[in-house]
Amino acid sequence: MSATVATAGLVTNAAGRRVPTTVNDREQPPYQGVDGHRPKGHKAAPPIRSNSDYPTNGNKRVPDLETALRLCELRDGMTISSHHHLRNGDRVALTALQTAARMGAKDLVWFPSASFPCHEPVIELMKSGAVHHIEGSMNGPLGDYCSHGDMRGLGVLRSHGGRWQAVQDGEVHIDIAVIAAPTADVFGNADGSHGKSACGSLGFALADSVYADRVIVVTDNLVSFPCVPWQIQGNNVDFVVEVDSIGDPALIVSGTTQITRSPDRLRISELVARFLRDSGIMRDRFSFQAGAGGIALAFVDYLARMMKAANVKASFVRGGSTKYLVDMLNEGLIGHILDGQTFDLDAVRSIASDPRHIATSPFTSYNFHGKGNFASMVDAAVLGATEVDINFNANVVTHSDGRLLHGIGGWQNCLFAGCTILAVPSFRDRIPVIVDEVTTMTGPGELIDVIATERGIAINPLRQDLLDAVKGKDLPIRTIEEIKAEVEKICGGKPAKPRLLEHPVAVVKWVDGTVLDTVWQVADENPFAPKVSGGE
Amino acid sequence: MPAAAETNTMRRTEAGRAGGDVRSDLHVSFEERGSDGVAIELQSRVALYYGEVIRQQVRDVLRSLGVQHALVEIVDEGALPFVIGARIEAAVRRAGLGQAKSALPEALPLPAPSARDRLRRSRLYLPGNEPKYFINAGLHAPDAIILDLEDSVHHAEKDAARLLVRNALRAVDFGAAERMVRINQLPLGLADLAEIVPQAPDLILIPKVETAGQVSDVVGAIDSSAKRVGITRPIWLMPILESALGIENAFAIATASDRIAGITIGLEDYSADLGVARTPEGAESLYARQRVVNAAHAARVQAIDSVYSDVADAEGLLRWGQASRAMGFEGMGCLHPIQIETIHRSFAPTASELEKALAIVAAYDDAQARGMGVVSLGSKMIDAPVVQRALKVVARAKQMGVATEQRAPSGEES
Repeated sequence: MSATVATAGLVTNAAGRRVPTTVNDREQPPYQGVDGHRPKGHKAAPPIRSNSDYPTNGNKRVPDLETALRLCELRDGMTISSHHHLRNGDRVALTALQTAARMGAKDLVWFPSASFPCHEPVIELMKSGAVHHIEGSMNGPLGDYCSHGDMRGLGVLRSHGGRWQAVQDGEVHIDIAVIAAPTADVFGNADGSHGKSACGSLGFALADSVYADRVIVVTDNLVSFPCVPWQIQGNNVDFVVEVDSIGDPALIVSGTTQITRSPDRLRISELVARFLRDSGIMRDRFSFQAGAGGIALAFVDYLARMMKAANVKASFVRGGSTKYLVDMLNEGLIGHILDGQTFDLDAVRSIASDPRHIATSPFTSYNFHGKGNFASMVDAAVLGATEVDINFNANVVTHSDGRLLHGIGGWQNCLFAGCTILAVPSFRDRIPVIVDEVTTMTGPGELIDVIATERGIAINPLRQDLLDAVKGKDLPIRTIEEIKAEVEKICGGKPAKPRLLEHPVAVVKWVDGTVLDTVWQVADENPFAPKVSGGE
Repeated sequence: MPAAAETNTMRRTEAGRAGGDVRSDLHVSFEERGSDGVAIELQSRVALYYGEVIRQQVRDVLRSLGVQHALVEIVDEGALPFVIGARIEAAVRRAGLGQAKSALPEALPLPAPSARDRLRRSRLYLPGNEPKYFINAGLHAPDAIILDLEDSVHHAEKDAARLLVRNALRAVDFGAAERMVRINQLPLGLADLAEIVPQAPDLILIPKVETAGQVSDVVGAIDSSAKRVGITRPIWLMPILESALGIENAFAIATASDRIAGITIGLEDYSADLGVARTPEGAESLYARQRVVNAAHAARVQAIDSVYSDVADAEGLLRWGQASRAMGFEGMGCLHPIQIETIHRSFAPTASELEKALAIVAAYDDAQARGMGVVSLGSKMIDAPVVQRALKVVARAKQMGVATEQRAPSGEES
């Protein structure tokens, strides 16, 4: 594979953003509007395999990862995938890439469902030539490496649903999937909710297990057949490797996260909950989505109290699951948790034992090529953003200085909820969050309905129904322009725009596989920028 | 306060904080030099966005303070302009420069003057040298904010906090909250008043008051300062009684000036003065609190309670607040915005209390309209004090925004 950065032409897409038409040697359609793109034909398929080529006793165990990779016929330029359910505690993805490098492989493409700070050593593998580029979220040191134009290929940022779409479109062909499994049997059945490295759901690895040419399951808790529940089916698995440890349990799931005590974040959280209540969205049998960030946790806490007071029950909640959702499930405030990621110990215990707490995957929740998905059935989704502009467009992938900061995660997919609420502070450390134009468009404003800040709630003028619903209610409803003007007054004027070079380092895909925006190489060092932690 | 440098020695001074988990503040290091104008070394997490704006502000502040040649090194953690100005001014003044000058940030329009008997259920304490808590304090809608120059400020930072609070009074929008400042005990408090009074705070909290004379001293300082800058709107006073002697002199203190809007009690210091532990039930301070309530009512000023320190315990706070209201207090302090809503709830009349009061007021209005001297409700005669209390409850409820429409009488309701 050759480096192709920025040699191709740029076009202006339907969002008015300049994007490359060729990404890593492949032609890619520019964004054509929220619903403008419909690929035709048939989905990609894995190669035909026959069970007579596999041990009849079902034992697919091999001694180590190197043997497994050799048996997978590891070659230069292959695409190796991994999942991020082990979050910042993951030891498997890096070990697999380092092993492949030691075996002499070059120009590999790493296709993680997300990367974390623990994956920083992949930079060494990119410098040595073993890894060509990353197609997946990049943040922290990996994000900086890419943002400075040091990666050979273009980074490709996809949503969780978009990753599935890219695999089904054949845009990404996974040669070898390496699946870290907290529990597995020798046949390759694997489960995430048991074992010393339990992480709950394994949904992000599901597409990889189905579509990859070769699948390796790596576990530190080999149990006798059958491993149940089999979130990953052994029938898709080529080899099983047992290791001492797949990750650091303390970094895989957290203890119970305490709700933020930041008064401003609490205020935003409370405003979001009050908005749902007073707009009538919080009604019996409604549904919502919330993550595990500081604002989201506090929001869930406020909402639970309001639901109790109004005697309202939710039919289901999609989410990153936490103790707070589990408590609501146990109190009967919600009927089911549809769990995409399991964040703390209480949630891991719940998913392992409560049939109403269900592991989901990007296929059920997000996939563009599914016959519907759960995310669009949710009444309200509460999300974050790094920037929002006066047209309600939002950015989650870069900071205002243009550096890669964060993956897309399920964020784009959740924009299809009945009411999408971005819960954000209006400025952070003097940096306005509400701006004239976002640095990187990650979500088009027509799908973003409400911006909730500590200084008030702005409703997208496209949602007259929501504006009507809160009329006369005791909520600080303001225009986004008003909030922006107030923030600029506090911060001392409009922020200067950081210089970006005419050199793409990554692209942001829309959920349908089209190119929504370009991430450009940053021109200036920003050594005193806030340190970024966290993942996806 | 750091001693002024001798004029012929160049000396490096510092102000503010940076590093670690510091946010919305900056560290300034300042050194006057003989020539070559102003050199600025800036490290800032917002340099890409506001680097030039910050440099310009540094030059403007130095010009206002009469400094022409200096080396200024800044490590900035996203400080807002009013903070940057205060820190640079503090560093310059610590170098013994700019003494009779100041670098004031642009002032927001002054909010309307506050009324002596306005609602003071919640007063949110803001440590005077911690700017990150200032900017959004008003959003949490306490009845008042207290910019504290006293116990929350380290002795070595009194001068810097004073400038920061001064700038905040000019540049920060505290919404509808009454703008209070807790000064230090005199004589240190005199320097506080000299900076603060020209910015027309609504109320000055005077700490550790034990005699009426201490109030008079503060009144004198405020008056001379206000006169100098032409401030005519009221600056109310709230003495804090924090010792056994202060409690004994409660009435004398409460009547020491017609500027006094209320008196309050500081329970940490009071318990320490008694040499007893402070308990959640507060038996050790029951007498003192009752004494404050009685003295305040006798003096026709508000009785304001101390703070409830366990910020995480909302239920304990609610009980404390309700008990406090039942004793005759009209409000209390708070240490975290999360306490505000609970405090407002605990000081609001209960639904049944309000309903009863509304009925009595309606009967009173009716009697007035018919020229009757005696107010009766059903078959019961209502005594005048009961009517007075009902009128007060309804008036307070209106101030709190509680609905005071009397519900249509209905035989169905129990």
